[in-house]
Amino acid sequence: MTQSKVENNMSIKVLYFASLKEQFGCAEQQINSEGIRTVADVWRQVSEDHDVSLQVLNSVNQEYAELESAVKAGDEVAFFPPVTGG
Amino acid sequence: MVTILDTAFNPWQVMQQYQEEMQRDGEYGACANFIGTMRDMNEGDQVSTMELEHYPGMTEKHLEKIIDSAAQQWKLLDSLVVHRVGKLFPNDPIVLVAVWSAHRKDAFEACRFIMEDLKSKAPFWKKEALISENDQPQKNRWVEKNTSGY
Repeated sequence: MTQSKVENNMSIKVLYFASLKEQFGCAEQQINSEGIRTVADVWRQVSEDHDVSLQVLNSVNQEYAELESAVKAGDEVAFFPPVTGG
Repeated sequence: MVTILDTAFNPWQVMQQYQEEMQRDGEYGACANFIGTMRDMNEGDQVSTMELEHYPGMTEKHLEKIIDSAAQQWKLLDSLVVHRVGKLFPNDPIVLVAVWSAHRKDAFEACRFIMEDLKSKAPFWKKEALISENDQPQKNRWVEKNTSGY
């Protein structure tokens, strides 16, 4: 197994949408899954340097989730503000 | 069926074509639909354009889930949801929900349910560009919340 593959297997894909994407300055990042158990763990790590005042919703593998929801390596976690479609 | 479009569409044309291709003529006695279009005014400000963002993958999956949920609660023959993303101008159709059933109760109620669920849960986000006055730079703002339709 190549090094990049090992890293890939150990990572979690994190996505941001709408105003949160602008605030974080990126749409997507990969984080190391070490020590990550829940959505709250992911949020704590990625929001460290940001002062987020708005309400933030989240999903795991494209399904709505809660802060307590479980997250493991290879998962796709997304954070976004309240939806305004229709 | 769920369709996300990044170009303008004619909801009446889409609905007619879908109904013909459904091949359920004679079975349905009711078609309820909702068409949402873009206004040129929001919260007292004039809006020139709007940018609609979505979460490719999750948005489609969520809309499919809404349609499935409606089909479990009401007797439906078919449902169609079409939603725009990308750049929109005032009067552009944003969303079409159409539901076919034998009787109006199922069609009316399912159409309402799908639309309200879409408004409150489907991952779409609107950003408005406001018309500027006196050579001020154009202001953009995210729409913060949808109001309840009930």
